[in-house]
Amino acid sequence: MPEYRLQTPITKEDIKKLKIGDTVSLTGTIFMARDAAHKRMVELLENNKPLPVELKGEVIFYAGPCPPKPGQVIGPVAPTTAFRMDPYAPAMYEYGVVGTIGKGPRRDMVKDACKKHGAVSFAAIGGLSTILSRRVKAVQVVAYEDLGPEAIRRLEVQDFPLLVAYDSNGDDLYQQEIAKYENFNQKTNKGAV
Amino acid sequence: MRIVDAEVLTESVAKLCWEACYYLPDDVLAGFKRAEKTEASPIGKSILQQLMENAEEAKTNHMPYCHDTGMAVVFVEIGQDVHIIGGNYLDCIQEGVRTGYREGYLRKSVVGDPLLRVNTGDNTPAVVHTEIVPGDQIKITVLPKGGGSENMSAMKFLLPGEGVEGVKNFVLQTIKDAGGKACPPVVVGVGIGGSFDKVTSLAKHAVLREIGVHHPDPHIAELEKELLEAINNTGIGPQGLGGTSTALWVPIETFACHITALPVAVNIQCHAARKKTIVI
Repeated sequence: MPEYRLQTPITKEDIKKLKIGDTVSLTGTIFMARDAAHKRMVELLENNKPLPVELKGEVIFYAGPCPPKPGQVIGPVAPTTAFRMDPYAPAMYEYGVVGTIGKGPRRDMVKDACKKHGAVSFAAIGGLSTILSRRVKAVQVVAYEDLGPEAIRRLEVQDFPLLVAYDSNGDDLYQQEIAKYENFNQKTNKGAV
Repeated sequence: MRIVDAEVLTESVAKLCWEACYYLPDDVLAGFKRAEKTEASPIGKSILQQLMENAEEAKTNHMPYCHDTGMAVVFVEIGQDVHIIGGNYLDCIQEGVRTGYREGYLRKSVVGDPLLRVNTGDNTPAVVHTEIVPGDQIKITVLPKGGGSENMSAMKFLLPGEGVEGVKNFVLQTIKDAGGKACPPVVVGVGIGGSFDKVTSLAKHAVLREIGVHHPDPHIAELEKELLEAINNTGIGPQGLGGTSTALWVPIETFACHITALPVAVNIQCHAARKKTIVI
């Protein structure tokens, strides 16, 4: 599988070449937002109002960190379940977000939106929080501070490890990989795991 | 009668909260190791290796293994010969959670009203299960329960005639519906029997059982083995990205039930299968 080192902002050309299963090492600026922030932002978009942060061409990381210990840039952090952001994702992609980072499978509405708007949905490993927090070099709360762990944060990341889960062709890594291992032991006669 | 100061409860709960979040139990680490050896998917294998590295880093640096340090579920068994003095029992438990989450730099993931959804800022209230047992000791277990896997849990009343096949189908369907959303490899806590409230409690208690330990009843132990194999044949794999290690263990707890009923509950525990116990 191809491995890419990408720098933000990710260009439309870069997005097009990304295929499911590709690994991406991402460096640059990403924005952290999850449930409560998405609810507010999509309400703004529906009312043709500006977002509190410019997110056109940006990547959103669905996550909420632990508080940092003294001397840490950020506390442990890893993606939350992307599925919960599915109802908001099409509006965000339409607005101009080029990528999202979450964990777990997503609904067809997200696949369709990625295809329609030339965007991707990345997977990072859920719960890999100690390791991933080391890839974050700077963090700043930029909106909705009242939401605590759910506030929107701007992150500077270095070599943040991602997998392309849904690409701009509408392909689905979860579906493809699970099918390979269904009843795997019977298929290969390797015995019980 | 033994006298225990309420402050001891507070201090113990506080320590259990951050210890549970920093140090993944040995049975879970052993489960990762076994899964990594047999995992057929290269992506799955790599994920399991990274989770083991993450656990090691969390332990060395005294940091939470996962950022979702959960809603605290506290199980307390109080010996009937114990007298708690110096404070209200429940207040002390909640104060312990408040202190543990603050001093441990754990994430505050609790909203006070489920519809108004304002973060309480201190991760309280915790869910507290109290049982009075014989003896003069107090046993406290803290289970910091992450949201992703809890959200995918389910309960159903089957018809009695659906029997063991019905139970298997329901558990398997719950795991398939959860897929990667529950952060596999998971521990699948199953409750069978009891009432509407009891069966979910059984499933939750099942999650506390050590990985590798089967139910003492042979027919239930057999069902645990069958379900583990069936779940690992779904293909879901680590993180739902395909593979042969979807579950690390399937502990089942049972209870008597009404002649009309066959309740089943599935409480899914993500790979951050944290739990910590102290006996006072």
